[in-house]
Formats: sequence, C-alpha cells, structure tokens
Amino acid sequence: MNVYTEQERQALEVGCLVKAGLTQPLGQMPQGSVGRILAVSGMGDHDVERGLLEMGFVEGACVEVLHYGLLGRDPLAVRINQSMTVALRQVEANIVLVGPLLDPTGPGTLSSQEQNG
Amino acid sequence: MSAATLTADTPRKIQIALVGPPNCGKTTLFNTLTGGRQKTANYPGVTVERKSGQLRTPVGHSVELLDLPGSYSLRARSPDEAITRDVVLGRQTLEGLPDAVVCVTDATNLGQHLRLLLELRQLGRPLILALNMMDIAEQRGCQISIETLSKQLGIPVVTTVAMRKHGVQDLLGEIDTLLDQAPTTAGTATTDEWQEPSPDAIRAYHREVERLLKEAVIQEGAPERLTRQLDRVVLHPVAGPLILLSILFLMFQAVFSWAAIPMDWIDGGMAALQEAASARMVDSLLKSLLVDGIIAGIAGVVIFLPQILILFLFILLLEDFGYMTRAAFLMDRLMSGVGLNGRAFIPLLSSFACAVPGIMATRAIAHPLDRLTTILIAPLMTCSARLPVYILLIAAFIPNTTVWGGIGLQGLVMFGLYAIGVVGALLAAGILRLTVLRGNRQALLMELPSYKWPNPTNVLLGLWDRAKIFIRRIGTIILSVLVVLWFLSTFPGAPEGATEPAIYYSFAGIIGRGLEPLLAPIGFNWQIAIALVPGLAAREVAVAALGTVYALSGNEEAVTEALATTLASQWSLATALALLAWYVFAPQCLATLAAARRETNSWRWPAFMFVYLMALAYVAALVTYRVALALGGG
Ligand SMILES: Nc1nc2c(ncn2[C@@H]2O[C@H](COP(=O)(O)OP(=O)(O)OP(=O)(O)O)[C@@H](O)[C@H]2O)c(=O)[nH]1
Ligand SMILES: [Mg+2]
Repeated sequence: MNVYTEQERQALEVGCLVKAGLTQPLGQMPQGSVGRILAVSGMGDHDVERGLLEMGFVEGACVEVLHYGLLGRDPLAVRINQSMTVALRQVEANIVLVGPLLDPTGPGTLSSQEQNG
Repeated sequence: MSAATLTADTPRKIQIALVGPPNCGKTTLFNTLTGGRQKTANYPGVTVERKSGQLRTPVGHSVELLDLPGSYSLRARSPDEAITRDVVLGRQTLEGLPDAVVCVTDATNLGQHLRLLLELRQLGRPLILALNMMDIAEQRGCQISIETLSKQLGIPVVTTVAMRKHGVQDLLGEIDTLLDQAPTTAGTATTDEWQEPSPDAIRAYHREVERLLKEAVIQEGAPERLTRQLDRVVLHPVAGPLILLSILFLMFQAVFSWAAIPMDWIDGGMAALQEAASARMVDSLLKSLLVDGIIAGIAGVVIFLPQILILFLFILLLEDFGYMTRAAFLMDRLMSGVGLNGRAFIPLLSSFACAVPGIMATRAIAHPLDRLTTILIAPLMTCSARLPVYILLIAAFIPNTTVWGGIGLQGLVMFGLYAIGVVGALLAAGILRLTVLRGNRQALLMELPSYKWPNPTNVLLGLWDRAKIFIRRIGTIILSVLVVLWFLSTFPGAPEGATEPAIYYSFAGIIGRGLEPLLAPIGFNWQIAIALVPGLAAREVAVAALGTVYALSGNEEAVTEALATTLASQWSLATALALLAWYVFAPQCLATLAAARRETNSWRWPAFMFVYLMALAYVAALVTYRVALALGGG
C-alpha cells in the first residue's frame, strides 16, 4: 500500500540521499563523473531555473561532467542524457543538485558504461 | 490590409514559418527549399533575423517561407528569440499568424528538442514536425517509428536531410496535404491567450517528451564518440587555449604567406592596366581622373582580395567544423573576468570578418547590458577591412624576415595588431562594465554542437559571397569616394610658381593642411590627413585614397611604383607605427555606426562609441609615435 504521493516519495528520496552525503552541486562533481539530477531550484529566480530546464537540466536527467575550465574550474561542459553537451558557469551549475545514478536502466543512462578516469 | 480587399484572383500569400531549436538545420532546409543563400554554420545563433523566400509546392501552391532564429522555447530570452516568438504568436505587424509552422528538430537530440514542439502544439495551429539530420541519426544506428510519433502527436511527421533535395520531398508533400485540407484561418485568429510556461510546466513537457520517446524510439543511437574524443584535447584546460592561439596564429601567417603569389598577379595586372591607360591617352583631366584618381586608388585596394579570402576561408572552416562554441568555452573565463557573457565571444569572433554582422549576432545575448557592452567593443576586433591598411604598412615598413626559427616577422606583427585589438576590447569591456554599464551578469548556457565536416560547396559559396561583397564595395563606395577625392585634390590647380605638387594647393590639400596641426603630434602628415577623412566612411577607402593622393603628388615613376614603396620612402617608421595604432582603435566605418544605431535604437550609443574609440585611437597613436621616436624610429 502506497501512502505517499509520487512527489512526496521523490522528496523523501532526495532527503535521504542528502543526509547520506551522496549529493553534490553539479559544479563540484569530479571531472568525468556521472550522476542524476535530483533538484533544480533557482531559489526564487524563475528565469535561471527555466533557463536550466530548457537546456535539459531537469530532475531525472543523467549528467556527465566532461570538462572544466582552467581557472576556478569555470566554466564547465556537461553532457546531458548522452545527447547534448552544454557549457555553463559555476554560478548556474551549483543550482543543480546531483545524486548518484541509482537506477542504471532509467531514461538516458549510459547503456554501456563507457567511462574512464 | 484587410481580408475584404482581397479578391479571388489574387490569392492571399500562404506563409509558412520554420521554427526550431538553434543549430538544427532550419536555414539549410530553407536554402534547399527556396534556393536561397542564407548563412548556415555549425553553432547556435547563426540566424538572428527573419528572412523570407519563395517556394512552389509540387501541387502548385505559392508559399512564402520564413526562416527564423533558433529558439529553445517560445519564452524568448534574447532579442533574436523574441523575433521567432512574435512571428509564431502572430504579433508581427501586418502579417498575422503564419498559415502553418514547420517545427525542425535535430533527430540526434530529440530528447531536448521535442519540448519546443509540444509548446508549439499547445497553440493549436497547423504544424508539421521535421526530424532533420536523419543521416547522422541513421549513421549512429538510431531508429524512430515515424508512424507512432505522428499518431501520438496528432501531427504529420517527416524525416529530412536538409542539404539533399530528395530528403525534403516528403516535407513538401505534407505541406500540400496540410494546405489542401485546412482552409487557412491566418490573419483572423490570434494566440493572445499564450502564456510563458512556468518551471513546472517545463518539467511536465519534459516528462511528456520522455513518454513519447519511449513509445516511438525503436533503437537508440550510439552516443557520438568523435566529438567526445576531440573535445578531450580541444577543451583541455592547458592544451585547449594553446590550440586556439595556434589556430589564430596560423591564420595570420597564412594571410601573409599564401597570398603572395595571387597578389603578384593582381599587382601585375593593375600595373599593366595603368601603363596601358597612360600610354594610350593624351595628357588631360580625364586621363588624370582615370589613371591617378581611379586606377591608382582601386589598385591599392583590390590587391588585398586574396588575403581577405584566406582570412574568410579560415573563419568559414572553423564555423562549419563547430569550433566557434569551443573557442567561446575556452575564452569564457577571460570574458567573465571583464564582466562579459561567454556567449559574447561568438559575435566578437565574427567581428574579425566584419563588425556589422558581429553587432547583429549580439541578438543572441539575452542580457541587455551584456549585449550593449558587446556591441560597443565589437569594432575593436580587427575586421577584414583593416587588412589592407595593416598589410600595406607592414609590407612597407616591416622587413620580410623570419625570427625564432622560421616564424615570419610580418605575420607576427599582424598577429600582434590583432592581439592589441582583442586586449583593448577586453579592457574596454571591463571599464565599461565598471562605469557606464554597471549591472549584474547573465548566465552562460551554450550548447556545444557535434563537430561536422565542413561542406566544401558551402565554404566555396561563402568565399564567393565575400569576394562579391568586396568587389561591390570597390565598385560603389570606394569608386565614388575616389572620384570625389580626385576632384577635391585636383581643383583649384597650383598657383604660379608653386613649389609643392598641385594637390598641396587643392581643396583636399587645404583640408589636409587644416587638420595637420591636430594630427602632427601623432606623426601624421597632410597626405595621411587627406586619406583619413574619406576613410571615415570605410577603412579600405583610406588605402585607396593614399594611392590617389600619392599618385597625384608624385612624379611619373611614383605612379606606377607600388604604393608600399612610395610610403616606405616618404614616411618615418614612427609615423607608420602610429598609423597602425590609430587603425587598431579608430571608428572608421559608417556601416558599423549605423548597425549600432539599428541594434540599440538610439543615436546615443553609436555617438558614445565614436567618441570613445576616437579618443582611444588618438591616445594610442600618440603614445606609439612618441615611444617610437624616443627609440630612434624617426
Ligand atoms: N549532416 C547533416 N548536417 C546538417 C543537416 N542540416 C543541417 N546540417 C548542418 O548543421 C549546421 C547547422 O545548420 P543551420 O541551417 O545553420 O542551422 P539553423 O537551425 O539555421 O541554426 P540557427 O540559425 O543558429 O538557429 C550546419 O553546419 C549544416 O551544414 C542535415 O540534415 N544533415
Ligand atoms: Mg539559421
């Protein structure tokens, strides 16, 4: 029996991951690492939030940090769902909260984990 | 114009708009469908204007096709996206809603691109979905069920390869079907009810796209490998900037070394023409106008065609290959350091070709202050019209030797001039952002497209267009300025017992001598002053004008002698360097000021641009001249 709504369940899940220290802002991820977006919130700034959403940074999308710039790891290039690469700056990247790739069969995940260091 | 004034035998023009995310191939499709020649390139934000073209469908409908700037959503973030939104929502004056919209998407990136289609579908207007770049999708083994997608969406879906004619036949067929079944209601309905989607609405669109793709995608394509691997080098924090520098460096070396032979041909041809003209004609005013006024002036400019084409060859290749956004990525940190949007790098890089399209390309920058700053510094990027001036002076004053084991000194100086322009632009931006244009910054969100092999026809046509533009400028603006200049330089004639050449006593000479006190501190003589005045209209004019001025003031040998040789014997090194410094900064281009006025909708900013650039140019020339004199360059 499911007592939670879908949204509540998701919020709980995110909460657990945060507690367990498994989440980090997109801009802090090590280069080459992958993860799944847990939350995108502009903290009241709807324009930034919508901008990110429109470029594919949406909850559930799989992201991979490909490159960092030389100074201050800024900007960074991120591959979204294995199909589109987007460049963005740290300020915006840190609005995106990323957790582990829990469900490897979820949408847009790496079918063959072709990863390296 | 109301519908009532139209009679049956003048059917209303059917209007169809191409809408889609940036860089999905709308303009390529537009060119194939209409036979047009609009600019295409492999980076987002190429098209920043509404362009229209005619096409006739197989059934015989005559259609006006609109090519629009790419947009990720109907919620316009930047001025170019606003153009698209206004057309789609029928907010453009006079024309009302387009009869149908063809939503073009990149089939290799449907996950992100279908969201715009859903936004368009909400409007409830006739709509066709074109899955473009199908060749690449298939190459990666991607399979999509068109029937399922079409059934799920409730609209016709076609696949296209925009460059190939047969790939777009289906699309034309669907357009005909759509036009025949639905009597158009364009011009009557409006989409006033449309509202910007909220963040949650966008999330809902994303979920819907995911559901659709789960249904329709039979086989997902393999992820792109080549781009990833190349980017590992090209975007490497250390190797990347070095590669960028090397490319720019190679570009300027090539401009010098590859152009030598075709330049000799042109030079020979023009000299022969000049000699033939002077041998055939008796001494007269007409001969002077033709030989000294027109041929000498034009010979001075047309010789730079090879260099300009080489520069454009590099730019076109980089654009088509997909390198522009990478360069923007690498430069972003530097740009944000001076308060600029990283997106500003692309307009600035196109300003290397010409500041006018560069200024127009700033429409892709969302934030008004960022955009204004970029417009104001765009003229500092060394445009191709400066090439003739640079090359002329470098060839005359910088020895053609190599330094550090094989690097051409002349190319190095040229590279330096470009670098000074870039550094000057960045400093100017920083100062502007701290003073007149204070304000907070805008996010950088820029798609990095996959690399593509440049299309040779596309590149050749691009070069041909540039050659035509250059020749046309010579035939129109430069030619007419030269005729006026010849007139001003010839009348009134020299008085009895004159000691100087006749031009010294002419109207132009009077103007030049009038300006001399102002320009003497920076080392310019009256001949340069004469050339600078018409040079305000366009930069190459100054070279043509120098050709005319020295032809008129010189003896007979000087006329057929190359202008560079004449200059080398008449100017000091300090003067030449000061003139180069002047040209790095001076706002010598009416078209740029006009473009700035169009894009900012006021005279205030172009006026400001003119004044600050003039001041910069004067100071730069002054410092250069004094330093060069002190170091013995007199
Ligand atoms: N392989 C392949 N390349 C394509 C196809 N369509 C377009 N291209 C290439 O994709 C790039 C972008 O094409 P454009 O037509 O400039 O794209 P656009 O949608 O007009 O872009 P914006 O004006 O920036 O919105 C160019 O390099 C084209 O040559 C296609 O069907 N197949
Ligand atoms: Mg276009």
